[in-house]
Amino acid sequence: MTDRPWWKTALGVVFTAVMLFPVYWMVNVSLTDASDLRRSSPSWFPADPTFEGYTAAFSQQLPSLGTSLGIGLGCVALTVAIAAPAAYALAILNLKGGRSLNFLLLVAQMIPAVVMAMGFYAIYVRLGLLNSVWGLIVADSTVAVPFAVLLYSTFMAGIPRELVHAARMDGASAWGTFTKVVLPLCRNSTLTVALFAFLWAWSDFIFASTLSRSGEYIPITLGIYQYIGNNTTQWNAIMATAVIASLPAAILLVVAQRYVAAGVTAGAVKD
Amino acid sequence: MTTTSVHRTGRASDGAAGPRPAAPAPERRARKRAPGSASTWTAIGFAAPLLAYLAVFYAYPLWRNIELSLHDYTVRSFVLGDPAFVGFEKYAEVFTANAFPTALVNTALFTLVSIAFQYAIGLGLARFFHANFRLSAVLRALFLVPWLLPLIVSSSTWAWMLNSDHGIVNSVVQAFGGEQINWLTSPDTALTAVIIANIWLGIPFNLVILHAGLQQIPGEVYEAAALDGASPRQQFWRITFPLLRPVSAITLLLGFIYTLKVVDVIWIMTTGGPGNASLTLAVWSYREAFGTGQPDFSPAAAIGNLLIVIALVFGFIHVRMQRSWEKS
Repeated sequence: MTDRPWWKTALGVVFTAVMLFPVYWMVNVSLTDASDLRRSSPSWFPADPTFEGYTAAFSQQLPSLGTSLGIGLGCVALTVAIAAPAAYALAILNLKGGRSLNFLLLVAQMIPAVVMAMGFYAIYVRLGLLNSVWGLIVADSTVAVPFAVLLYSTFMAGIPRELVHAARMDGASAWGTFTKVVLPLCRNSTLTVALFAFLWAWSDFIFASTLSRSGEYIPITLGIYQYIGNNTTQWNAIMATAVIASLPAAILLVVAQRYVAAGVTAGAVKD
Repeated sequence: MTTTSVHRTGRASDGAAGPRPAAPAPERRARKRAPGSASTWTAIGFAAPLLAYLAVFYAYPLWRNIELSLHDYTVRSFVLGDPAFVGFEKYAEVFTANAFPTALVNTALFTLVSIAFQYAIGLGLARFFHANFRLSAVLRALFLVPWLLPLIVSSSTWAWMLNSDHGIVNSVVQAFGGEQINWLTSPDTALTAVIIANIWLGIPFNLVILHAGLQQIPGEVYEAAALDGASPRQQFWRITFPLLRPVSAITLLLGFIYTLKVVDVIWIMTTGGPGNASLTLAVWSYREAFGTGQPDFSPAAAIGNLLIVIALVFGFIHVRMQRSWEKS
């Protein structure tokens, strides 16, 4: 570990290139002319790049991108609003039955999304919530809430008790302690939770394809899916949309990599 | 052990390792002050939104799902709300359906083959990236990309790469003198194709968790072994592998539970076909309920409940294992 051999770096680059080949291919196809895509041996490089795929994607999918952005942000807000106070009750206020609640949250994460989708469908049919953005926000948040509570409460359990007691001694209410002392300390957990709540809602396909199939506002994942179903000849436009849909993940990985890593390892208590 | 690494990466202000969320209660109970009813109510107040949320958006949909599986719902009765109660008839229908044995075997193959390869490749890569070399952190971060992409994006990319006539995979196969393989449209290869895509999707998760696990094995252990003349191979099998066992077990179990419920990848690439060639239980449930023009919610709900039971059995094993390690 003391010497840093170059061959390892070279090998690492090769591994990464192999792993990311599908991502490269998506970009390559998105820049290829539609007629060239029909050739039997596809071109390895976008020698003659065309942006017709992106033009088509932007002209047709812009509303879906907006919808997905709204759903993602709504899901973040709902998740944090429910999970943070609950974690405070569990980790700091010693909620009675906290152990059972933690257990329930672990179990909740094991329920297949398709089952939840059916349940939500049956309920939304009655309530007229099918094809509504609000309905999708709620459904998408079910993936993030148990994860968020567990992540928050793990962190909060590590906050020194003295800090909390000092705030209470100074006459702060439980709510004041929560908003002025505990929440600011939890900034990193909040960022991790927000990041994952957003990405999961943005990427969701199952809830979108079941609860919002014929809505006026469809999320981008469903936009891509309907694209595939409608015109199988325009794969450059499909892949261009896919590239655009991948941007949030790419941006978040660059600017918030540390929180991504934190979330994946917390994934060991997630699903 | 994996959650403590969250603190490290998440930079907890005090740097203390918190207990695992599965069982933080005992420690707290010991420290507890005199019980006051006021604080009890405060705690319930803070937890109330979550409790209401779980009741309305978890328990109720699940209850509806059980109800769906015990009645004979048609499109008409779904809207009118007057289905006939049929008991476990729908479950019997599912168990005797022609698709059932196929779906069961496919589910087993899909999950077990996927997680075996994900784990083996993930562990190999974790070992490789464990040594600090130039760019190792950057490259490791890039490995996360597949995990972060929306599944529709990666699945449709794989579908196009595996396209029979215009896909890059067949182009390479044919360049080496092979024959065109109808990856997604032949019943012989459809399951293999979705498994390949799914292995690719799961590698980042395995890599990151196992890498975090490797970081927690103290370096002195290896130094001592090296002094005693242990070869790198012996070090791996005698030290790394046994010490990594708890992390490995959790990774594999979570991988299993997660892979069991995969719908998106298979549905987008093959819709479970051709015929039932790549049909798993989860995809079958999705197909019955939403995949055809004729929604058939009752059998779909029955299959879904069966999936929950399987997931719960393994979930309990998971919780059990976590508890026993905490004690030891």
